[in-house]
Amino acid sequence: MFHKMQISKYMALGALVVLALGCSKKADEGSAQSGAKVTIQNAGSDTMVNLAQAWSEEYAKAEPNVSVEVSGGGSGTGIAALINGTVDVVNSSREISAEEKEKATQSAGGQAPQEYIVGYDALAVYVHKDNPINEITIEQLAEIYGEGGNLDKWSQLGTRNTICSSDEIIRVSRQSNSGTYIYFREHVVGKTRDFKLGSTDLHGSKDVVELIGKTPCAIGYSGMGYATPEVKKLSVAAKAGDTFYDANVENTLSKSYPIARPLYLYTHGVPSEATKKYIDWILSDAGQEVVEQTGYVPLPKPAANGASN
Amino acid sequence: MNWRRLESTTEPIIELIIWLCGISAIIFVFGIFFFVFKEGAGFLFGGLDLKEFFTSTEWYPNSASNKRYGVLGLIAGTASVTALSMMIAVPFGLGAAIFISEFCSNRVKESLKITIELLAAIPSVVWGFIGLTVMNPLIINMFDAPIGLNVLNGGIILALMSVPIIVSIGEDALKAVPDSFREAAIALGATRWQVIYRVLLPAARNGLLAAVLLGIGRAVGETMAVLMATGHSIRIPTSILDSVRTLTATIAAELGEAPERSEHYQVLFVIGILLFIITFVVNLIADLAVKGIREK
Repeated sequence: MFHKMQISKYMALGALVVLALGCSKKADEGSAQSGAKVTIQNAGSDTMVNLAQAWSEEYAKAEPNVSVEVSGGGSGTGIAALINGTVDVVNSSREISAEEKEKATQSAGGQAPQEYIVGYDALAVYVHKDNPINEITIEQLAEIYGEGGNLDKWSQLGTRNTICSSDEIIRVSRQSNSGTYIYFREHVVGKTRDFKLGSTDLHGSKDVVELIGKTPCAIGYSGMGYATPEVKKLSVAAKAGDTFYDANVENTLSKSYPIARPLYLYTHGVPSEATKKYIDWILSDAGQEVVEQTGYVPLPKPAANGASN
Repeated sequence: MNWRRLESTTEPIIELIIWLCGISAIIFVFGIFFFVFKEGAGFLFGGLDLKEFFTSTEWYPNSASNKRYGVLGLIAGTASVTALSMMIAVPFGLGAAIFISEFCSNRVKESLKITIELLAAIPSVVWGFIGLTVMNPLIINMFDAPIGLNVLNGGIILALMSVPIIVSIGEDALKAVPDSFREAAIALGATRWQVIYRVLLPAARNGLLAAVLLGIGRAVGETMAVLMATGHSIRIPTSILDSVRTLTATIAAELGEAPERSEHYQVLFVIGILLFIITFVVNLIADLAVKGIREK
């Protein structure tokens, strides 16, 4: 009797511990609101959700009275919320369409949504610095990385990789929890196409560049800012016959580099004072530093006024 | 009188505490197994194609068009890295155990044991780091391999990680052989080599087997170091210079992004069950082997 009771008691305790271990997912981060606090509702792009979260956290340090509530869901979902008037600012990794803009203007009582470019999401294609290849097309990358793709030798790309004796293309990729992986899959490999098995999947953007710097046969993709002297960035064209563009900030800004996109914020009509202040902070050095830290391309320093509407 | 009354109340409490300590391990093990099983069971018994799971190398848990859950490549990865690491670690580990137990002076013995224990204290992420930054270029240069993150790299790292376990348990097993065995053999005119080969190794056989099996358990379960050193690349390796990906590394890399209760999340727990069963069987055999020595 005595023992039995103890056992069940202890089982309960054990179960609790196991539960605690199992359920250590992020707890709900609802912030307590006091009357004096201003809340900015922010939603949209999943690509930008980490960035927006980081902004929100940093901004809370600068402006303790303003709380920015961030949620994801995708750019389309965010813009739909903008049209419904339930958010103040939308993060979007694509430009708003004319139709959406019109609807949003209507819902904000005739005020058009304001567009701000707050940074860039750009990938560079890296190879070892002594690899003689200089250019690659998106089509070739898709055949190298995509399931069923027929490119797996450097000689198939037309240039002999003199430093790689096995001629094998070592594909360096990212682990599937990475946003970069998703972006590369959608924009290079193909929307519904999978990666070829057997790529070397690394954990971080920096790891990719580091490994390529030590591996003469390797090719890989990572953020533009991660370049080191050990690696070379390839010029990229959309398809054979198109112009090849270097991966740099100018080509990113002019939208000619094919695997880069600007990151947008859209406001519901004319932004309120608090929202305007928040966006100004994002465009300031402090906000742009967060852009860089989270792995995106910040705005070019002298032209850091993104309001283009 | 007073004393006795105090004793009669404290005694059961102390007994209870010790009893709780004793059974806590059992509760934790069952609790963890229950949790892993619960998370994976839904998919294991409803939806998962077990034939595909064990016979296909196609692991596409988050494909946009065609999700496939084949872990053969991952099993091959775990098996190849473990096998290579044991090929390196067993001769070295057992050799070191014999040297420490039979050949060296007490002073050398102490310093060797401390150093080997230090080897066991190096965190696995540091081993992974060494694999990534030191071994990778070394293997590329020495073997002219296209990439240095491969079975060889992971195998060497894992061997270094399992050697301390094999040495310390192996040495204990050799020490447990009564001195009278050695004395009798020497008295019969056996050389040192004959004493070891014909008397000590057979006498300590079970303990040495347990040492090797626990080393295997360590190698199968290791995650961080192999995640970094093997290249994390799904394929059935045809040479030791091929990159592979292991079961443990897959869980570590993918659990964070799998939405809770999704198929992907559950299939990762099924892999957890598989790993649990593998290490359970290995440990069980090790336990039975150790029991074997005690009975002798």
